[in-house]
Amino acid sequence: MDKKREREIRTLLLAGFGGQGIISMGQFLAYAGMLEEREVCFVPAYGPEMRGGTANCLITIDEQQIDSPIFEQPDVAVVMNLPSFNRFEYQVRSKGLLLVNSSLVNQPVQRQDIEAYSIPVNELASSLGNIKVANVVMIGALLELTGIIQAESIIDSMRSTFSDSKHNLLALNRKALEKGAEYVRYLSSKQRLAV
Amino acid sequence: MVRKKVLMKGNEAIGEAAIRAGCQAFFGYPITPQSELPEYLARRMPEVDMIFLQAESELAAISMVYGAAGAGARVMTSSSSPGISLKQEGISMLAGADLPAVIVNIMRGGPGIGGIQPSQADYFQATRGGGHGDYRHLVLAPASIQELADLTWEAFALADQYRNPVLILGDGMLGQMMEPVLLPEEPPPLVDKPWATTGAKDREHNEIYTLHMGMEDLEKHNQRLAKKWEQIAREQVRYDKFMLDDAEIVIVAFGIASRVARRAIRMAREVGIKAGLLRPISLWPFPTAAIAEVAKQARAFLVVEMNLGQMIEDVRLATGGLVPVELFSKITIVPNPKEILQSLCSLARRTGCKIDEAAIKEESA
Repeated sequence: MDKKREREIRTLLLAGFGGQGIISMGQFLAYAGMLEEREVCFVPAYGPEMRGGTANCLITIDEQQIDSPIFEQPDVAVVMNLPSFNRFEYQVRSKGLLLVNSSLVNQPVQRQDIEAYSIPVNELASSLGNIKVANVVMIGALLELTGIIQAESIIDSMRSTFSDSKHNLLALNRKALEKGAEYVRYLSSKQRLAV
Repeated sequence: MVRKKVLMKGNEAIGEAAIRAGCQAFFGYPITPQSELPEYLARRMPEVDMIFLQAESELAAISMVYGAAGAGARVMTSSSSPGISLKQEGISMLAGADLPAVIVNIMRGGPGIGGIQPSQADYFQATRGGGHGDYRHLVLAPASIQELADLTWEAFALADQYRNPVLILGDGMLGQMMEPVLLPEEPPPLVDKPWATTGAKDREHNEIYTLHMGMEDLEKHNQRLAKKWEQIAREQVRYDKFMLDDAEIVIVAFGIASRVARRAIRMAREVGIKAGLLRPISLWPFPTAAIAEVAKQARAFLVVEMNLGQMIEDVRLATGGLVPVELFSKITIVPNPKEILQSLCSLARRTGCKIDEAAIKEESA
C-alpha cells in the first residue's frame, strides 16, 4: 500500500460478535493512537443492537482535531463474523479496505471497488496456542496493510491498560501481531506471483 | 510533572473531573446510558474519603443533594432523561433555596421511558426550568470528552459562585465514547458558605427553606432571585464559532450534533457552500446576541438538533425573522455528516447562496 493511501486512512469500523474482543481491539487502536500523540475517538455501539449479539465500534485516528465521531463509510472495515460481513461489506468507502475473518466467513467478497483480504485469524491464533488472541492477529494484519499505528504502540497500550497480573501475556500478543502481519505479507507475495 | 492525557469514556471523565473539583458527595440512582458515572464514583469516592451513595430512588437522591448542599458540601447527582424528570421537583427546590449543586443529564430518547439511544430531547426541560415555579439555572452543553471534564470542573465553581444549581447536558453517545482527556488537577478554590446549616455553635442558626407565606415575602424572594439570574445571563454566555467569518449559511448545533455539523461544514466548503457553525456551549443563558449579530450577515440558518425542534425556537427569537431558519432533525439517532450536507445543499439552492454544482456532480460520480 503506497504512502498516499496510508494518509487517507482515518476511519475504521470493527465488527463481530460479543466475546471476540471487538471493543478491546478498538480501544487498543485508540489508546495506541493517543500514545503516538494523534487525535483519536472511539465510539462503541451500545444499546439494542448490542443485545442482538453483535458488537461493533468506530475509531477515528487523525492528525487534526476530530470533527464527527461517527461516519457512514469507513476507510477500513474489519469483519470478524458472517453477520458483520453481510452487514458491512457494502459500507466501506470505494477504494477502501475490507479485512475479513475467513475462519468464520466462508463467502467471497463481491465488491470489486475495494481492496479485500481474507485472513483466518482463529486458526492463526490457535497455532499460537490461544484462540483468544484472534483479534490481535487481526490488528497485526491491519497495521501491516495500513501502517496506521506502530505495532509497538499497540504493545504499549496493552502495557498501560492490562493489570499487572496480565503483563505475562504481552509476549503472546506481540507474537499475535507478528503472525497477522506475516500472513498478509505472504498473501501479498502470492498475489504478486499470480500477476 | 508533565500532565498526561488519558483515554476515557465520557461518563468516567465526568466522574474523575468531579473528584478533582472537590466533589464531597454523590447521590444517584443507575440508569443507562450514564450508569458508568455512578459505577466509577462508587469505586473512586471511597478512595478519596468522600461519600458515594446509591439512593433508593431519584427523588431520594435529589433530596439528599438538597440536604448536603444545604450543609455546605460540594455535591453532585447524575441521571438520564426519565430519571431527570423525577428530579425536577428537587431542582426547583434547590433553585428556590439558593443551593449550589451539579446535576448531570446524559440524555436518552423519550417520551416516557423511551429507549437508551442518545438524544437531545430534553432541551426545553433543561433550559426552561423543568420543575414548577419561575427559576433558571446554568445549562452547559459539552461537545467532547475534554469539554465534559472541563465543564464538570467548572460547574462546581459556578454553582458555588452563584449559589445556584448548574446542569451539565450531554447525551448517550458522549457518555459512551472515548477520547483523550487532560484532567484538571486542582479544585476550584473553596468559597465561604456562612449560610450553610453546619450546626449553630456560637452563632445564630441558619435556615434554608423555600416556603414564603407572607403577602409581600414571596414576591420579594422571586425578585431577588431574578436579579441573580439576570447576573448569570450577563456573565456566563458561552459559545464557539467555526468558519463563521464569511458564512452565508449558519448552522446552530450543540453537543454531539455540533461535532457532526463541523464535518458537514467542511464537506460543504468543498462544494463551494460558505457554511459555518455557531455552537452554544451555555444553552441557558443562550447566546442570543451573538446569533443576532451573525444573522445580519447570513442568508439562512440551519438548526441541527436531535429532537423535534426545540433550540430552533431560541434561534428564531434571536434572529428576529431577519433570515429563514430551518430545522434538521433526528430524534434518537446521531445524524451522519452526509445527511446534513444534503440539507445544506438544498438550503443553499433555495436561498440563492453560492454552491458549486459542478463539484457536486464530480463528487457523486
